[in-house]
Amino acid sequence: MTRIAVVDYGAGNLVSIEQALSAAGAEVVLAHRADSFADADALVVPGVGAAGPAMARLRRRGLEAPIRAWIAAGRPFLGICLGLQLLFEGSDEDGAVTLGVLPGRTVRLSDAPRLPHIGWNQVERQRVHPLFAGIEEDADFYFVHSYAAAPGPGADGVILAQTTHGGRFVSAIARASLAGVQFHPERSGRDGLRLLANFVGLAQAAGAASDRTHVPVLAR
Amino acid sequence: MLRVRVIPCLDVANGRVVKGTRFVDLTDEGDPPTLAERYAVEGADEIVFLDIDAAPDGRGTLLEVVERTARRAFVPLTVGGGVRSVTEMHDVLRAGADKVSFNTAAVRDPGLVRRCARRFGSQAVVVAIDARRRAGPDDPTGGWEVVVKGGRDATGLDALAWAEGAVAAGAGELLVTSIDRDGTGAGYDTPLLRAITDRVHVPVIASGGASGPEDFVAAVRDGGASAVLAASIFHRHRHSIADVKAVMAAAGIPVRLAIGTAR
Repeated sequence: MTRIAVVDYGAGNLVSIEQALSAAGAEVVLAHRADSFADADALVVPGVGAAGPAMARLRRRGLEAPIRAWIAAGRPFLGICLGLQLLFEGSDEDGAVTLGVLPGRTVRLSDAPRLPHIGWNQVERQRVHPLFAGIEEDADFYFVHSYAAAPGPGADGVILAQTTHGGRFVSAIARASLAGVQFHPERSGRDGLRLLANFVGLAQAAGAASDRTHVPVLAR
Repeated sequence: MLRVRVIPCLDVANGRVVKGTRFVDLTDEGDPPTLAERYAVEGADEIVFLDIDAAPDGRGTLLEVVERTARRAFVPLTVGGGVRSVTEMHDVLRAGADKVSFNTAAVRDPGLVRRCARRFGSQAVVVAIDARRRAGPDDPTGGWEVVVKGGRDATGLDALAWAEGAVAAGAGELLVTSIDRDGTGAGYDTPLLRAITDRVHVPVIASGGASGPEDFVAAVRDGGASAVLAASIFHRHRHSIADVKAVMAAAGIPVRLAIGTAR
């Protein structure tokens, strides 16, 4: 069975993500420390709230370097909501320095009629990707956030989907085995469960493959 | 485009869904996880779960029911009722809630809203405002006063000023209930909703008074609500969520019509 480690750093609702991944056919382990995800097939970093406190918790638990190393090695990774934003260099929300895997920053949504952006919205895909296999083009997913990632120069091609709330923002990214979604698949009904099942399938396939495509990670 | 949400509300006492006219004549409406799952399948965009008994010794029961509900309904869950500290909010989120709603505790201590927003983010903090018209149930000229304990206690606070204060303290969303309309089926208090949605930039959930789909349309079109909440009209099968959304869509309001794939 595919083992998915969900990083538990005190970032809110883990019941839903655990249940949704289990429903998608994975064996889920909640990882408090790096040694508890070393032998997993895939890593999921969920999270809501502000970047600063989240990074402080990740660092206190010694998780920052192991997560960067995991991604650099080309092992399957999914960041959800704040877990996507943390992949970039920093956040305008509180000035936090984040994981710095990808070039770019987390910025406040521009021209939004109301913030936070709460509710179901369309995810406009920019290209075909197995994460969205079997999901209708105009499917709605559940969002709850005020900030979103703005990939910088050097992150060309990382954008997988965009969403409109006033202005347009990045709602999904993917590069090799690295993926991130700004919405909450674990709270997005049947389509969300399908996306998570697709991720579990990708993790399983990666586990069976002998070679990995390493992901270029920004130097520290 | 962002969809307007239709939200069934489950009033929970002693681990069961109940409905009466605001805390009196309560009747049993079923098991929270069962109802929540039914609503999620029928197209609920979110579920609100209010612990109206909130007895100190009932917390364990509540957390257990929240967890069972979160495991069965893959739509967002907001839990309110009796949360009085950052630690208690943490417990409710750990049990599977996505957002926590504060009412009386926020009025007594706006610092609680600030502390919870700093710890968990504004998007997880909802402030519920129960408002009553000062000049009488049919007259909006005197403005609205904040009441607590299901309308039993007046606070003297102006509802519009408190709406701004709650947002300033860190609320990411307001759940606005008209105590004049709640349980009457007379429709949402759209002047109240409009007064609040004109003053704050966070989403506002309309509550209190729905009897039919046209009330939902009015809450959005006239009141400016981002989401519309109701309880008994869904529990009693008077209207399905799909019926309500079909009427809203026909009125030009963006709603999520499909639960799964085909639209």
